[in-house]
Amino acid sequence: MPAIVLGASFLGFGALVREAGLSPWHGLLSTALGWALPGQVAMVELYAAGASLVAILAAVALTNARLLPMTVSLMPLLRAPGLGRSALYLAAHFVAVTGWAAAMRQAPRLPAPARLPYFLGFVVVIWASSLAATAGGYHLAGAVPAEVTLGLVFINPIYFMLVFAADARRRARVLALVLGAVAGPSLYLVATDWSLLLTGLLAGSLAFFGDRWWRRKQSVGGGDG
Amino acid sequence: MADPLTLWPLLVVLAGAAVTYAWRALGVLLSDRIEAESPAFEWVACVAYALLAGLIARMILLPLGPLAETALSHRIAAAVISLAIFFLTRHNLLFGVGAGVGALTLLTLGFG
Repeated sequence: MPAIVLGASFLGFGALVREAGLSPWHGLLSTALGWALPGQVAMVELYAAGASLVAILAAVALTNARLLPMTVSLMPLLRAPGLGRSALYLAAHFVAVTGWAAAMRQAPRLPAPARLPYFLGFVVVIWASSLAATAGGYHLAGAVPAEVTLGLVFINPIYFMLVFAADARRRARVLALVLGAVAGPSLYLVATDWSLLLTGLLAGSLAFFGDRWWRRKQSVGGGDG
Repeated sequence: MADPLTLWPLLVVLAGAAVTYAWRALGVLLSDRIEAESPAFEWVACVAYALLAGLIARMILLPLGPLAETALSHRIAAAVISLAIFFLTRHNLLFGVGAGVGALTLLTLGFG
């Protein structure tokens, strides 16, 4: 099920690769080795706009900076006795929104030795189907009307929006999502290059400390509401 | 293959992938020092959630590329329809995404 929908969003990526004038092999390499769709989309759009390598890499690095805290938060859950570091560095390559969100939800319910096999099994399936979808989208984009191609590109943000709308349970994370959604476009208007990194640090920290402040007030405050 | 025009996009793709993996490798390196249930763990999770929420909102409200040619009101309407269908179908991603994409395509065809 996630494989089908994520596959659909890589159809959109394949369509974008074609519009940028790249070959399907560039799209496939990016999906196989990059494996982080928002950064791949930013990279292809900037390439098409004729940006310099430094500008493209800075944008990709900022778009994908989230992978650092995501990996940091996932690795302690995947660790198990007797598991080598190289296994974790291999698993880290597959850290991306869909597989990460699934593992963050499911891994705590599994015994420690079963967590890495669960994660790798899950991500290799969606990785392989995403490669097929990237190639499929590339060829589809040449065959459908422009309005349908627009729809294909729109799959990406809609898909990510729904994944997080469904996953938000803890108050701090709900706060982070809401504050991030407000701060992201606002900061983009004033500081395009740094907006994403600033959004994460400012909105994420505000949500984290706001939640702690709220919790402390509740446990101390008693009856004054 | 010696043609720089052929190598340039390949360099962009490979360097982009290297930068991406660097974050993941650094994440493994730093994860040794952070416990799964520590406040630091919750803080980095909050930063990750906020960053992604900001990116998603930006992609819908201020898109780059071909989506920039569609009307803002159409994109917002399509996102709201997508969320409504998603929650009405008890978190069915396929229906939710399908409704959003279908709505934007039809709105653009009808009023574009």
